[in-house]
Amino acid sequence: MAALSSNLLFIAFILYLVATPFYGGAIKSKKELNENKGTNKWGVIAVALTIVGFIAQLGYFITRWIAAGHAPVSNMFEFTTFFGMALVGAFIIIYFIYRTSLLGLFTMPVALLVIAYASMFPKDISPLIPALQSYWLHIHVTTVAIGEAILAISFAAGVIYLVKAIDQTKSNKRNFWLEVVMFSLVAVLGFVVVSTVFSATGYHEKFNWTDKHGKVNVMEYTMPALTGPNEGELLTNEGFKPLVEMPAIINAKKLNTVIWSLMAGLVLYGFIRLVLRKRIAAALKPFVKNINLDFVDEISYRSVLIGFPVFTLGGLVFAMIWAQMAWSRFWGWDPKEVWALITWLFYAAFMHLRLSKGWHGEKSAWLAVIGFVIIMFNLVAVNLIIAGLHSYAGS
Amino acid sequence: MKDVKCECGHVNPHGTVLCEACGKILDERENKDQLLDMRYEGSARRSQTYNKTIIDKIWNFFSSVKVGVWLIIITLLASILGTVLPQKMYIDLPPEVFYEQEYGWFGKLYYQLGLHDLYGSWWYLLLIAMIGISLVICSLDRVVPLYKALKAQRVTRNDGFLKRQRLFGTNTGIEDKDLHLVKEHLKEKRYHVREENGDLLAEKGRFSRWGPYVNHVGLIIFLFGGMLRFIPGMYVNENLWVKEGETAAVPETGDRFYLQNNQFILQHYDKDQNKTFEKALERAGDVVKNYQSNVVLYKRVSDNLPGEKPELKKVKEYKVRVNHPLTFEGYSIFQASYRSELKAMSFFLLNKNTNQSVGELKIDLQDPKEKYDLGNGYAVKILNYFPDFEFAKDGEPSTKTRVPNNPAFVFQMISPEKPEGETSFVAIKQTIEPFGDNTYKMAFKGIETKNTSGFIVRKDSTLWAIILGGILFMIGVIQGAYWNHRRIWIQQKDGQIWIAAHTNKNWYGLKQEIEKVLRDTKLNIPEDQHQNEKSDKEGN
Ligand code: HEM
Repeated sequence: MAALSSNLLFIAFILYLVATPFYGGAIKSKKELNENKGTNKWGVIAVALTIVGFIAQLGYFITRWIAAGHAPVSNMFEFTTFFGMALVGAFIIIYFIYRTSLLGLFTMPVALLVIAYASMFPKDISPLIPALQSYWLHIHVTTVAIGEAILAISFAAGVIYLVKAIDQTKSNKRNFWLEVVMFSLVAVLGFVVVSTVFSATGYHEKFNWTDKHGKVNVMEYTMPALTGPNEGELLTNEGFKPLVEMPAIINAKKLNTVIWSLMAGLVLYGFIRLVLRKRIAAALKPFVKNINLDFVDEISYRSVLIGFPVFTLGGLVFAMIWAQMAWSRFWGWDPKEVWALITWLFYAAFMHLRLSKGWHGEKSAWLAVIGFVIIMFNLVAVNLIIAGLHSYAGS
Repeated sequence: MKDVKCECGHVNPHGTVLCEACGKILDERENKDQLLDMRYEGSARRSQTYNKTIIDKIWNFFSSVKVGVWLIIITLLASILGTVLPQKMYIDLPPEVFYEQEYGWFGKLYYQLGLHDLYGSWWYLLLIAMIGISLVICSLDRVVPLYKALKAQRVTRNDGFLKRQRLFGTNTGIEDKDLHLVKEHLKEKRYHVREENGDLLAEKGRFSRWGPYVNHVGLIIFLFGGMLRFIPGMYVNENLWVKEGETAAVPETGDRFYLQNNQFILQHYDKDQNKTFEKALERAGDVVKNYQSNVVLYKRVSDNLPGEKPELKKVKEYKVRVNHPLTFEGYSIFQASYRSELKAMSFFLLNKNTNQSVGELKIDLQDPKEKYDLGNGYAVKILNYFPDFEFAKDGEPSTKTRVPNNPAFVFQMISPEKPEGETSFVAIKQTIEPFGDNTYKMAFKGIETKNTSGFIVRKDSTLWAIILGGILFMIGVIQGAYWNHRRIWIQQKDGQIWIAAHTNKNWYGLKQEIEKVLRDTKLNIPEDQHQNEKSDKEGN
């Protein structure tokens, strides 16, 4: 069952990957794109592939659920994969409301990156600690992921807006920041590439190091250590000697991974620039030529409107119900909870700015981008850096 | 201040921008813009009308969405600060020690700035309170005028009002048959159609306009629920530790309830039994599967007399587990933690020469006996007992607490050979023979432990407000987000048919709908003047 499950996930990934260029084709070959209902042949193929992929991924989800005996949303790999699936699902829904293939061209790469990123984490089926043994947890986590995925669609639409609206012929702050967004996506790809390369070569090195309490521990690296642990002593023969040593309060291993990913991202980005001979956003401009700005602006806002209640329900309401059951208090100011609150406050501010201050169009698109950054921060940084408190207090 | 009478005859409150009934522009400032600002229907809001007294000023401050958004953003940024380092409720050491020790000067600064208790700080609570006030005032400022304006609207509208709607178009030479068809289509689309002198107003989803107000009321109730917690008795949160086999009064119940802990159970996942988790368990090591206390809840049936043993009646047996609290009369008892304590230690009395045991004894660490008789002339006396042994500053053995964390003994071993006894000092992993070589020694045999379950006793009488607030909030956001308020005016003006339309959001959807409504008729689809306006500016 577990093997079948991972095969289905792989199939889904490949189908999404194949679908993406078709979305590109759907746009290139179509003259009048404005708010029109018909999709051409390319678009139909693209959407069909996406739907089949989605069904395959649903198959992954169900079979893994059966294998594990609990909904597979209980570790980084499972949750992030589910988020990727929700993203595709949200896209399919919005697609059938607005019928625009262009959205697929911008959403599918993000979904692919999310799933690829997920599979860099240990994929073993893990048992649930007592606090997590609650169906409320599963309801909460899946609803959050769906809400965040719908909100992420507003990011994709926002990026389309910005690619179209920002003049790429001059250098200015706006296209600098838009390019930063593009680079961040490339850097995620960088992480995936270096992780895959080093794990394929089976790279390993071990250190003895001293933590902040003066205790000596062993730390194992799976990438050559550019940043070594505090008072680190290399135990592996022919292991890479760290270039710099970090103080004990910094997690040298995670920092090392970040540095590798950024370097790989820079190399990839440099390569892409060399091929394109212009900014990525500038290269994407022809794809968005025919889209109407008001139209993408509305898709972006509509996604927030649909996603916000779902997020509130999952990230706050269900979260509180679960916390009340598991920890006896519905709110405990745990970093994860606070970041859900921050996300929620941000989107509340977004809607007020839009409704009452008339922040439509470009401002609204930037807000959609910032919202997605917050969601990603919550998913990646809070889980990997800040958290560690979300565990059962008595153990 | 006087009310304003519009030329259509409707009397509007002072400060009205667009006549509530016909939409004529009453406030000249409005004239400059090409399209009408339809927010709140141009109704007379207090905040826009009065600005004299201090009360007006406070009112205007809190009713401003700009201020509201600032409050939200500041709260958001402040909240981030609190996630940089663990908050004080998540640390084990006293904060003045913890932060500096763990995070150096930065931690010290964090602590000194009070960020270690950010969410309980007066200024954070003030921010939340200000959001609450802002919610109340801004909602009151808008909801009544909006309600009146929507209620007073007439079907026939002023020319200027229609012309300056975002969607607007004119038609000539239209037959009644077409209008009839349009009416049919509108009804198919679930519009509520009103008709006056041949003019039409089709409206739907007006209730969605109340969405924001419903959700704000929900939030206000939620915040009110949070405030209730500060009232004594509304919120009980106590720790309760009960040893296995013991019974304790449940705190804050006025000694009416007692909890007996029969057994604490700690289970781990077993690699061999759970093949699915094999790999994960190999990586993670021991993973806890279950924390459970088997308890019995009792209710006191006798009067509460001091010094007298209460008479108890069994209420129920329950297995308290994480996620499965025991609940009764508004109280909940949660499995929160556990502690394992030494209960007994056992020893052999060993002849060092023959390495033979001549007898064994078990010492109850709570209540050690003075002398253990082993028969055949063997006996062990306890001369001194230190439950939580340490060497005091002067080098003398002493005990830190009465809890047997680190028991140590001074034994006197009596045997037929040494009837006057040999002295030996025994602590965990060490034996000292103060008077030289002994013939006998106390050999460690084993320990028995006893678990103590840690419970949290919680009674939260504020939950109803939290739940009600949450439900209202959800209803409100869904109402405002998944529906929108659409209006289509189809009116006879100067022998023409004018069509204008307005929605509070999702113009694209409205345009689609109008296309469907006007299908099979000679009526033209109204134009989006907003887009035209923009493309004029953009020059394409
Ligand atoms: C965390 C706090 C708040 C949340 C979650 C919240 C939520 C919302 C939501 C979801 C909407 C509907 C938005 C839309 O449909 O696009 C809304 C509308 C609105 N909110 Fe809030 N709000 C909050 C605080 C405030 C505050 C402090 C103010 C006052 C300054 C305020 C004033 C308004 C106004 C005036 C509207 C528009 C009402 C209308 O269109 O008739 N909100 N709010």
